[in-house]
Amino acid sequence: MNKAKIYKILFYIGMIILIIPPIFVFAWMIMIGLKTGVQNIEYPPLFIFKPTLENFKAVFQQHNFLKYLTNSFIIATGATIISLFIGLPAAYSIARYKQRNLSIGILVARMTPFVSYLLPWYIIFRKLNLIDTFTALITTHLIITLPMIIWLMIAFFEGVPIELEEAALIDGCVRSETFLRIAIPLSKNGIITSAIISFIFSWNQFLFSLILSGPKTRTVPVAVYNFMSYGKIDWAGIGAAATIIVFPVLVFAFFVKNRIVEGLTRGAIKG
Amino acid sequence: MGKLKENIISFLDRHMHIAYPAPAMITLFIVVIFPIIYNIYMSINKWKIGLGSPKYIGLQNYIEAFSDPRFWNGLKVMFYFSGLSLSLEIILGLLIAVYFNKEFKGSNFVQTIYIFPFAATPVAIALIWRIMLNPQIGVLNYFLGLVGLPGSLWVSDTRTVIISLVLVDVWKWTPMITLIVLAGLKSLPRDPYEAAVIDGANAFHIFSYITVPLIRPVLITALTLRSLDNLKEFDIIYTITQGGPGIASETLYLYSYKTAFSFFKAGYGSTLIIIVFLLVLFFNVAMNKIRYRTEVL
Repeated sequence: MNKAKIYKILFYIGMIILIIPPIFVFAWMIMIGLKTGVQNIEYPPLFIFKPTLENFKAVFQQHNFLKYLTNSFIIATGATIISLFIGLPAAYSIARYKQRNLSIGILVARMTPFVSYLLPWYIIFRKLNLIDTFTALITTHLIITLPMIIWLMIAFFEGVPIELEEAALIDGCVRSETFLRIAIPLSKNGIITSAIISFIFSWNQFLFSLILSGPKTRTVPVAVYNFMSYGKIDWAGIGAAATIIVFPVLVFAFFVKNRIVEGLTRGAIKG
Repeated sequence: MGKLKENIISFLDRHMHIAYPAPAMITLFIVVIFPIIYNIYMSINKWKIGLGSPKYIGLQNYIEAFSDPRFWNGLKVMFYFSGLSLSLEIILGLLIAVYFNKEFKGSNFVQTIYIFPFAATPVAIALIWRIMLNPQIGVLNYFLGLVGLPGSLWVSDTRTVIISLVLVDVWKWTPMITLIVLAGLKSLPRDPYEAAVIDGANAFHIFSYITVPLIRPVLITALTLRSLDNLKEFDIIYTITQGGPGIASETLYLYSYKTAFSFFKAGYGSTLIIIVFLLVLFFNVAMNKIRYRTEVL
């Protein structure tokens, strides 16, 4: 009885130790955004103050964040949809025919340093006059989303019982029908999971947008990074902008946490 | 009639393994393989972006790299940063996974909060850390002062910069290791544990003689996955220090980026990128070898 009590207390201490670092950093981020510029450089740091929404207003009105949020949304959604469209059949085929060579090719894609894509793509897109277009950004974001979706979906398709498909084949379905009518509906959870993970990684991607975007297609990570340019750091602006950028991903993470766990771990343990 | 149908099905079956992956593989070839080839070609050329055209110089860039002190510095920083952050993430990730493996009230909620850093946008988070790490007015030094410890210079000192960056990396990425290991733990067989309890083993023995050996393949998988991104860490370092002070936190990867996009030396930059790529590849192949060996055991 006593031992059980000690265990219980230890568990709650562990819980507090684990959630303080994330909670504190995110809370501090929001607080920076709610303080004025002057309050932000006060020492000792202010913990109690009169919050202001001015920074958030400025981020939208002066820094045009609604546009950057839209850009990021278009790019992440576009890259994810295209990746699903061409990635699902590929993953299905790799899962069913055990095409190990192709899955190794996907791993190579994941290993390649992102910097190595920048120069060739920059040169090509400049020749094609495509710098600062959604075409360029969605194309390069496929480098992240496509391997990720294929790699996650291989594991999910492997989890679809092959007996169901065999039964359908005997009943006269063709393979494409088993794919569309059996494998896809049965892996709906997996598809949602990998789409979400793919969206988050595309949303968070910084390097491609840094080189290939411009005023028209700038994404949120680059927009927030720009708050730091020219030697002067707008801390209050960074706090507000960071909060706005991180918020959608955290909401995603909150509602679909168990799915993210499932997606990551399926791919990992089988991978 | 049935025969014809069968033929069609078998025809589609035979075609499927090419037709289905083809669009994705062609896309990947264009977006991934072509740039690699381009980099290999570039690495044997000398070209200053914007000045003339690439000139073939053979392996000169590779020779230059080996006599470039900044190259060796980058290699050293890369090993230091990755070695430290990967080992901390694996150890903490494992311990925390063992903790979460025991169901308790509120466990799900705590896990959700705990994985937030993993999903958060790296650049945004790195900027917040940069503010918190500020030696003069940052909140971390304030906390150190509260418990009577002297403040640190964090990323402003060459001696503490890498450890500070490791701190941010561990904060952000340990959750990912935890999630993977936790799923591994949940799929472990029950019997060894029951036998150990009957034999009177204590919690520590169970952890070190049963859990760790059983979970090792999953740990190696987690390490491999994490290393793919960790060896190419860019966002956090670039946002917080840009490789500074001086070049104290300039990893080889960051140096390759600067060479191409700040110094505009495309040829030499490509050479450095190829070397980074080979290092990542080598590490992965080695990890795979180790994993198969532990699975045989």
